[in-house]
Amino acid sequence: MGVAIKVENLSKAYQLGQIGTGTISRDLERWYARIRGKEDPFLRIGESNDQHSKSESNVVWSLKDINFEIEQGDAVGIIGRNGAGKSTLLKILSKVTAPTTGKISGKGRISSLLEVGTGFHPELSGKENIFLNGAILGMRKKEIQRKLDEIVDFAGIERYLDTPVKRYSSGMYVRLAFAVAAHLESEILIVDEVLAVGDAEFQKKCLGKMGDVSKSEGRTVLFVSHNMGAIRQLCQKGIVLKNGALSYMGPTKLAITNYLNEAQAALSPRTIDGTLKGKIIFESVSINDSEILQNELLPTDNITIMIKGKCISELEKFRVSLSIFKEGERIFTMQDAQTPLLTRVGNFRSVFNIPSNLLRPGQYFISIGGHDGNHLGMGNDWIFGKDVASFTVAEEYSHTNDFANEGLINVPFNAKRENSI
Amino acid sequence: MTNPMNEHEHDWTIEAKTTLFDLKLGEVWAYRDLLLLLVRRDFVSFYKQTILGPLWFFIQPLFTTIIFTFIFGNLAGISTDGLPKPLFYMAGITAWNYFADCLNKTSSVFKDNAGIFGKVYFPRLIMPLSIVVSNLVRFGVQLMLFLLFMGYYYLSGAHIQISWAILLFPLLLMLMAFLGLGAGMIISAMTTKYRDLAFLIGFGVQLLMYATTVIYPLSTAIEKYPKYSWIIEYNPMTPIIETFRYGFLGEGSFSWNGLAYATGITAVLFIVGIVIFNKVERNFVDTV
Repeated sequence: MGVAIKVENLSKAYQLGQIGTGTISRDLERWYARIRGKEDPFLRIGESNDQHSKSESNVVWSLKDINFEIEQGDAVGIIGRNGAGKSTLLKILSKVTAPTTGKISGKGRISSLLEVGTGFHPELSGKENIFLNGAILGMRKKEIQRKLDEIVDFAGIERYLDTPVKRYSSGMYVRLAFAVAAHLESEILIVDEVLAVGDAEFQKKCLGKMGDVSKSEGRTVLFVSHNMGAIRQLCQKGIVLKNGALSYMGPTKLAITNYLNEAQAALSPRTIDGTLKGKIIFESVSINDSEILQNELLPTDNITIMIKGKCISELEKFRVSLSIFKEGERIFTMQDAQTPLLTRVGNFRSVFNIPSNLLRPGQYFISIGGHDGNHLGMGNDWIFGKDVASFTVAEEYSHTNDFANEGLINVPFNAKRENSI
Repeated sequence: MTNPMNEHEHDWTIEAKTTLFDLKLGEVWAYRDLLLLLVRRDFVSFYKQTILGPLWFFIQPLFTTIIFTFIFGNLAGISTDGLPKPLFYMAGITAWNYFADCLNKTSSVFKDNAGIFGKVYFPRLIMPLSIVVSNLVRFGVQLMLFLLFMGYYYLSGAHIQISWAILLFPLLLMLMAFLGLGAGMIISAMTTKYRDLAFLIGFGVQLLMYATTVIYPLSTAIEKYPKYSWIIEYNPMTPIIETFRYGFLGEGSFSWNGLAYATGITAVLFIVGIVIFNKVERNFVDTV
């Protein structure tokens, strides 16, 4: 297999703040610097894209010195926190915007799906929009004509083909738009987080279609998502971006672990957010009395998670909640009280017990938070910190943690077989 | 063994800088179906859910003609070179509208299409080209209305005669299209950074109409304001409209020099426009 995409020293700078005031004088200054052969005075190298820290310069490098190669036929997931540069990378690859420095070379036609239904015109019928949207995405009319039945079938909108799309339900709209894009005949398919729209069943169908595209048709797929489940299902390789730089590239499983670890390593008081931030302070999280942030446990261990915190101003009804995540998916949530309690000013301690043998081997992340309560349940005020600590359940198998029982959790054995009936 | 893949390591590249004259015209050709579909979209969506439908294309020039006839023809008494007043104005309005529509729509092409341009790549030149072709459809419809009027006046014995200059019509059409396109592309490229131009263009085009021979003949302007008539003569739209009138109605100041001048200006504006447009197109998403 050859190389489908080769990215070399790719960087992209963005100007922050207002564009438009003082641009003429700046443009002149820039131009003057250039004719003297000097560096652009407004483009200093060395600023990374950390969105939390303020800096003197108002130029940020959304991508900095990215290098990688993608083989033909690979499905590659691009992961990273918000603002890590994922969308910028996709935009450059789809030629929507040009890089500031660097070069990308590749083989085969690229089609990109950064948004569902780009260029749909509400007044035109479904059929007219299929042609228009297809052409915008780079298909010839003949090609669309040939695929029309397939597209209509995939979207399931036969009856509404001649109805203006403004009369479509939002689900039909999204289905039609994805159907057009999914039937592009290109060697490289770039997909941004478009699957976030549409219902679960349709998302499954889309993922399936994209899987076909990469596996059976041998096309290269680049896929950005925050849904680790989707990435794991679809991609063999992962690229992790962090603050505009490439931090890891390799097998999907390792890439996801790398990303989740990184998300946790970046933890500090500012990762805890919410309207109750000034009233509740979480001070520590310990797992089985250990306060280190990464713990190794056995499947047979009982797990006790203790959250210590401080209440600064009295809350009438409040409870602390704890959620366990694995590979980006929430496994369950627990509360420290069955109904919200009066919480007085002072220190508090919440203890959560997870039974032994419940969690299958793997890495787990802990998110903590809380809600104030009103008479009907949840109130408007909340506090939440994602991935504040993690633990690993070791790969030790037994009758209570059977190797063959794939899945997220173990259920206590309760089954029987009757032979010869 | 030679692998065919090695001969061509890659077949496209994306780089930070491109040469000034890399206009990607081949790509534009590859996307020609999109151009036609966009034209169709403009046409169909224009009259969907209206009662009068495509008749709306007629209404605007018709009413403008009536108003011009009353105000400039009857009230102000401006000469129309001996031509029937409605016919004189309609000739000017039809031609001017085509140019003005091309210019107006093209000059806001980045702003109007920021949504699409920010999400999907296709040769950006397709958009302004589709505007010019869309407006051509509209112009064709309005030209038919003008021809109907011509026929009516001819049959009722008005003094009009089609001259040989009507053969220049295809050239005039191209000049109007490319002049509007060229100037529009320059302005559109600059409005991505300096929004002020967007405000200027709105009434600028309107003012420019009064510096073009739409509501008065060139001969009258030269006769009455010999000192300032150069403004009108240097306006590249003036020789185009004068030739248009001369061709269809047999009256107007036709000169080869004027036409050559208009052609020259159009060519320069168009080439400058297309180069600037291509340069801005690569990064405009970041600034718009």
